Amino acid sequence: MEIAVCLKRVPDTAEADVKVDASGKDIVRDKLAFTINEADNYALEEALLAREKHNANVTLVSVGAKESEEVLRMGLAKGAAAAARIDSASLGDTDGIGIARVLAAWFRDKKFDLIFTGCIASDDGNSQVGPALAELLGMPHASYVTKLDIQAGKITVKRELEGGFLEVKELSTPCVVTIQTGGNTPRYASIMGIKRAGAKPIEQAVGKQGQPPAGTVPVFPHLIKVYVPEVVGAAQMIEGTLDEKAGKMAALLKEKGAV
Amino acid sequence: MSSILVLVEHRQGAVRDVTFEMLTAARKLGAGSVEAVLMAENCDVLAPSITPHANKVVCVSGPAFKEFSYEPYQKALVKLIGEKKPSAVLIANSAFGTDLGPSLAVALNAGLVSDAVAFTEADSGFSVSRGMYAGKLVADWAMPSEPAIIMVRQSNFKPEPASLGGAVEKWDAGDVASGAKTKFISLEEVPTTGIDIAKASIVVGIGRGIKEAKNMPLVQEFAQDIGAVLAASRPVVDAGWLPKEVQVGSSGKTIKPKLYIALGISGAFQHIAGMKGADTIIAVNKDPKAPIFSVAHYGIVDDLHKVVPALRTKIKEMKS
Repeated sequence: MEIAVCLKRVPDTAEADVKVDASGKDIVRDKLAFTINEADNYALEEALLAREKHNANVTLVSVGAKESEEVLRMGLAKGAAAAARIDSASLGDTDGIGIARVLAAWFRDKKFDLIFTGCIASDDGNSQVGPALAELLGMPHASYVTKLDIQAGKITVKRELEGGFLEVKELSTPCVVTIQTGGNTPRYASIMGIKRAGAKPIEQAVGKQGQPPAGTVPVFPHLIKVYVPEVVGAAQMIEGTLDEKAGKMAALLKEKGAV
Repeated sequence: MSSILVLVEHRQGAVRDVTFEMLTAARKLGAGSVEAVLMAENCDVLAPSITPHANKVVCVSGPAFKEFSYEPYQKALVKLIGEKKPSAVLIANSAFGTDLGPSLAVALNAGLVSDAVAFTEADSGFSVSRGMYAGKLVADWAMPSEPAIIMVRQSNFKPEPASLGGAVEKWDAGDVASGAKTKFISLEEVPTTGIDIAKASIVVGIGRGIKEAKNMPLVQEFAQDIGAVLAASRPVVDAGWLPKEVQVGSSGKTIKPKLYIALGISGAFQHIAGMKGADTIIAVNKDPKAPIFSVAHYGIVDDLHKVVPALRTKIKEMKS
């Protein structure tokens, strides 16, 4: 069984101060730490579990600059067999569907039973790549999957819906599955794994935008600008030293009946 | 005149709130006739709840539409959009909608923008604003080509009443079931086995700022001090430090306690959707720009690991 996992290297902005750069279209990146996209890490783990249970080969692919090889090396260190980086230098601004077209061009002459992606990227928050890639490759898909059972010629998945519901679905293979966080526990790479991964080759490919169907020349959505939103209905801030802030908050809790 | 199609989202026989939020946003757009697309096993059942909110309800019935499944929906929508040539199609940025939107856009060779929080008509097509970096930034996108497929954030637009009394137009999707590669099996509800956080009047919500499992006793003891139950945002549940049933947000529980104290929660919209109905919200976060401060009533910019111990001391003093 052949499984591919699409990985994205993203800035870790969960607790960082995010600033807009001079272009007005991107953020200042030089002071940020970068890591594997959180949902992609769960997708990778799902593939590694399938490798152990079903003797699958795991291949990694990432669209990005040279630095994206960091996340590919990490995946190789955890047990993936092969990795490819599709260079993004010539792609310019593109949305998730654009990235899906680039990935589809790479996948088209290859044969995988399952393609995993994360369900959402923590930077752009799009949730587009998986289902768009499936459509481009003529495969079925399921998104926001937290549990997955692989059988002959089909898989059964549980998709996470709003409000504490799970949707159980069957898909024929080959198919694309986007993995939600929380369904497994991503492993850490071993020291031995990291040593071995350093020597493994990474296939280098050049990103190509797939051609739109004949006779149609749509102007795809494009980014105009990014900005920090105005804070509306902002909180009344409790100021002072730590001791003063704690005192004021305690008084507030008393007023609200919590003390 | 051009039209705006709004895909009605329903589950287990009930129209989901986001549908009325989208219909309100579509009416305010003023960019054309608002046409709700209702696909269901028998759409006559739900159509009367939609007609006041739209100029027209396109009613599509068939067993394939009983449960939401992107495959039959996509086949029907490709045909319907081809016939109606709407300027925009609004779909919820939900677990259902995001399963459908991107593949539909590819099938139509149309543009799509995800997680839209505002949109207006532009000289050519639409201008759409959306969140990035978990709400820390907004991005403006141009969507020059029609149809523009706009994925609308849930719990973002306030639904408003209307009395349009739209006509019901029956539309036949034809065969959408043959050749299916996916099959709906069932819907499962995650059982609540312990404390139901939706019933608590004081809730302490823990977020990524807690950092490590070893810090959990601190907030557990604080919650005990003030008679609160402990809840969490997604990262804390994903890490396994609290059970799934106490997750607050769009994929967890929606709660409306008297008092909600958010500790180390930045306030991604998925979380805010689940707690913004609380009577009083107090947020503690290191980042002064954290989106949680736009929904909280009171805020403290500081490290929860410093604030909580200091606060516990103050509360002890008060009690003695």
